[in-house]
Amino acid sequence: MLSVINHSPILKSLINLVAIAALGLAIALSVSFGATDISFATVWQAVTQFNPELTTHQIIQELRLPRAFAAALVGAFLAVAGALMQGMTRNPLASPSIMGVTDGAAFAMVVTLVFFPALSNTGMTFASLAGAGVAVVLVFMVGSFSTGGLTPVKLALAGVAIGTLLRSVSSTISLHFQVEKEMGFWLAGSLSGVTWANVQMLTFAGVVGLLIALAISKSVTILSLGEDIATGLGQNNLAIKILGIIAALVLTGTAVSIAGTVGFVGLIVPHITRFIMGTDYRWIIPSSAIFGALLLVLADVTARLVNAPFETPVGAITSLIGVPFFLYLARGSGGGK
Amino acid sequence: MNTFDQQKRKRFSLIIGLLFVLIIVMFFVSLSIGVIPISPGEVIQTLLGNGTDQQELVLFDFRLPGIVLALLIGTGLAVSGVILQGVTQNELAEPGILGINTGAGFAVVLFIFFFQNGLGLNSTLSIFAMPFFALVGAMGAALLVYLLAWKKGVNPIRLVLVGIGVNAGFSALLMIFQLKMDPQDFRQVTVWLSGDIWNANWSFVLALLPWMLLLIPLALQKATVMNVLTLGDEVASGLGSSVEKERRYLLVIAVALAGAAVAAGGAIAFLGLVVPHIARKLIGPAHHYIIPISALLGALLLMVADMIGKNLLAPAQIPVGIVVSILSAPYFIYLLMKAK
Repeated sequence: MLSVINHSPILKSLINLVAIAALGLAIALSVSFGATDISFATVWQAVTQFNPELTTHQIIQELRLPRAFAAALVGAFLAVAGALMQGMTRNPLASPSIMGVTDGAAFAMVVTLVFFPALSNTGMTFASLAGAGVAVVLVFMVGSFSTGGLTPVKLALAGVAIGTLLRSVSSTISLHFQVEKEMGFWLAGSLSGVTWANVQMLTFAGVVGLLIALAISKSVTILSLGEDIATGLGQNNLAIKILGIIAALVLTGTAVSIAGTVGFVGLIVPHITRFIMGTDYRWIIPSSAIFGALLLVLADVTARLVNAPFETPVGAITSLIGVPFFLYLARGSGGGK
Repeated sequence: MNTFDQQKRKRFSLIIGLLFVLIIVMFFVSLSIGVIPISPGEVIQTLLGNGTDQQELVLFDFRLPGIVLALLIGTGLAVSGVILQGVTQNELAEPGILGINTGAGFAVVLFIFFFQNGLGLNSTLSIFAMPFFALVGAMGAALLVYLLAWKKGVNPIRLVLVGIGVNAGFSALLMIFQLKMDPQDFRQVTVWLSGDIWNANWSFVLALLPWMLLLIPLALQKATVMNVLTLGDEVASGLGSSVEKERRYLLVIAVALAGAAVAAGGAIAFLGLVVPHIARKLIGPAHHYIIPISALLGALLLMVADMIGKNLLAPAQIPVGIVVSILSAPYFIYLLMKAK
């Protein structure tokens, strides 16, 4: 895909700044919209001069703000994880949800919630990471043992098969313990009930994942040109891939442990970012983070407004946005032959 | 050539015979095991009309309709898979992956969502209406996939990818409606969507049977056409088939079979994919052999899966679709690794 603006770092920075401003506005919207609409002025007051005796201030501080920040972080993480996966595998369909990674993490979460309900938040996150890891290993095993390598179609099918398998086991467990509705909402992706503790967890894991992603971004650009070229340029591809997978796992695992399976963000954001920013992953990775955050914050606002006062799972919203895009990809580069 | 044909026919009769015996044996096994065990001898006595009241109740009202339904659904999904794989020349085509099951499921959930209060879920009208709704949903999804995959013809790979996308879209819509239901309905729908022969009773059997009796002979009648289609579009039109017309006709049959099966048994994934493969391994590529073998094999597998689901964690039941997924997803992955 050709970039619109290939050679102007100033313009690229400007776009990023505009996107950050838009993100700020989206977060403000997210905080002010809800079961009771709160004016921007009150929001500002609640942040600058917090008064614990006012209910609106309480709502903003304890419910709305952590939720908005969590949406931004989860969106950023999923988008960066998708960008890393697409860059490293040169596969336009690679992304956490298509590859079954989110299903793996969700499976681990269901198991821990049912069998070890006393586990701390940190423990949950680690369980989710382990589940994501298992799914990735499974998908790559399918890839490396198959004749002809892991083509985009095979990757998608392997992801579907492994995802279905893991989801089946998840639903067996939740039906057996009669927690299917709670699980259902969470499995469909939801940001309700996010606390500051979750946001702290997200920030911590995110810093680790994003730093790794940024550190290897130049190598990912070279890798995305093809492994032969990368080896020819003296790059240690294996080390880069391992680091990239670790970063993608940390980012996806944390995101799923807090928001459930939010699909398609990791698929579409990197494509849009590449379209705007070009092929250099030193630009793609930070911009993906900003665009992903913006997308999920807006999706979360939509999820609350579509059927107010009831919540719609944000994962359903992102799927509805993502499916047409996926179909476009399937008709073009992914399925073209 | 002639002796080869005879050998093939002999092998075919042998496999069919063997499958029949297996189905009958497993039929009696699944009739007799359960929370209230009834020995095979007692089963036969009860079937002949000499059982106790309790045995008659358990057999005729609970177990028998469920088992007959499993046989019918298994047959429908397997034959649907055979047709889809033959017509799209794609070994990985299957009603579940192509989004047909989810489309049918979505239509049925809409139906339950909007009409349940008025009708009652198990009223006779709703039982007979459900296959029609499922059919409309299945047809809608299939049409959508076909149109979206169209780009100067339908490429098999694009078809599967588009199917995955359409599937995800319908799942999202489904989830939105499902979460608006109260917990009781939600549970019921979750169980049903996982593929379950829920509330099996004779009305369901009666609602499903005509579809199978009508559609499977139609499929068998087109076996030769499918053999020609598998050779590729160019050869097929060279041999005088109007490829696109035959393909559409067969697709309609496949989608109708899948839709009817989903209406009665929920979204059971992978069965329609795995069974035709096993059948091809057993007997080779000729469709007038593959269809009957797949029909019996699908029936047998689903009956066994249903039995496992009902008894493994008894008294809790695992939806049969989950059992099928867990059993056959690894086989699918194996096929994927071998595919070029």
